[in-house]
Amino acid sequence: MAETALTNTGESPARIEGLRGIAADWSSDQRAFKNVSWGKAMMWIFLLSDTFIFSCFLLSYMTARMSTTVPWPNPSEVFALTIGGKHIPLILIAIMTFVLISSSGTMAMAVNFGYRRDRAKAAVLMLVTAAFGATFVGMQAFEWTKLIMEGVRPWGNPWGAAQFGSCFFMITGFHGTHVTIGVIFLIAIARKVWRGDFDVERRGFFTSRKGQYEIVEITGLYWHFVDLVWVFIFAFFYLW
Amino acid sequence: MTNAAVHLEGQQHSLHAHVHDALASGATHAKGQQHPIKLYLVVWGWLFVLSTCSYLVDYFGLHGYLRWSLILLFMVLKAGLIVAVFMHMAWERLALAYAILLPPVLVLVFVAIMVFESDYTHLIRVISFGSPT
Repeated sequence: MAETALTNTGESPARIEGLRGIAADWSSDQRAFKNVSWGKAMMWIFLLSDTFIFSCFLLSYMTARMSTTVPWPNPSEVFALTIGGKHIPLILIAIMTFVLISSSGTMAMAVNFGYRRDRAKAAVLMLVTAAFGATFVGMQAFEWTKLIMEGVRPWGNPWGAAQFGSCFFMITGFHGTHVTIGVIFLIAIARKVWRGDFDVERRGFFTSRKGQYEIVEITGLYWHFVDLVWVFIFAFFYLW
Repeated sequence: MTNAAVHLEGQQHSLHAHVHDALASGATHAKGQQHPIKLYLVVWGWLFVLSTCSYLVDYFGLHGYLRWSLILLFMVLKAGLIVAVFMHMAWERLALAYAILLPPVLVLVFVAIMVFESDYTHLIRVISFGSPT
């Protein structure tokens, strides 16, 4: 019974509006997040801690860039590509942004189909999301290779401030790792959806808890977060 | 509590029927975060438009305060759409929304501290080593 109560994602108890409602939820007995399961609450709290990690990376980058007296390399030029004889600034990053946004769109729809118990559509959309994610990581590998061939190192580069390389590899590397983990996570859950684990409430091999379609939404939260972090990296690292 | 749990378990078994009712009546808010697919497609479209806009800011080489205000505006709008709609924060109880969304805002204090700090470091470097940019 306790498990049912903890994993339930359904109707929430009556809700008081505004700040009074927040105070009521937080001061109530045992549970602050009334209609949110432990899995979803924990994923949100993990994402909050991850927000602080990425904030620290971006802050250290900002501090390095604002305090250096050496000119910072121009990202618009560094990340430009020549396609069909035309020199287009920042085009690779723009394509990567669109790929990641598209993956977020398919993920949001996968969550929806999961809750409708349309497992074929949910699994296929999750695999499409994973494919977009893998494409993104592939393009990032291309970008890294190109920059390393041009002589960018964590301790220096041909165009200006030495910190450019360390900031770039640190921030995009950590983000790329998140995308990679997300792709693995997506494929694992998509396999379970496809097999119908959540229709028969098959127990997980590790937690032995009953499988529920909510895990698709939790996976989605992680995936959308990866996209969210890219929004900030795109604005601060590439467009500054 | 026990009664409520039993009640909820019963509801979960009839989830399928509920969802179909919700879809048939065009309701935007049912159990387990059910929203029309159209909403996601519209948000997706807006994210594309906003990303294109921020790319164009760089493409046309805008500079100064105009560039910064546009980049930050598009960034905040994109982040807001992702968190509110894709991550369903708009439909969560305020107790969760405030617990998750308020702490990152406080990072802005850290940003302010580091702006002062880096200005100071920059000043010291210019004074000690010369060659300002």
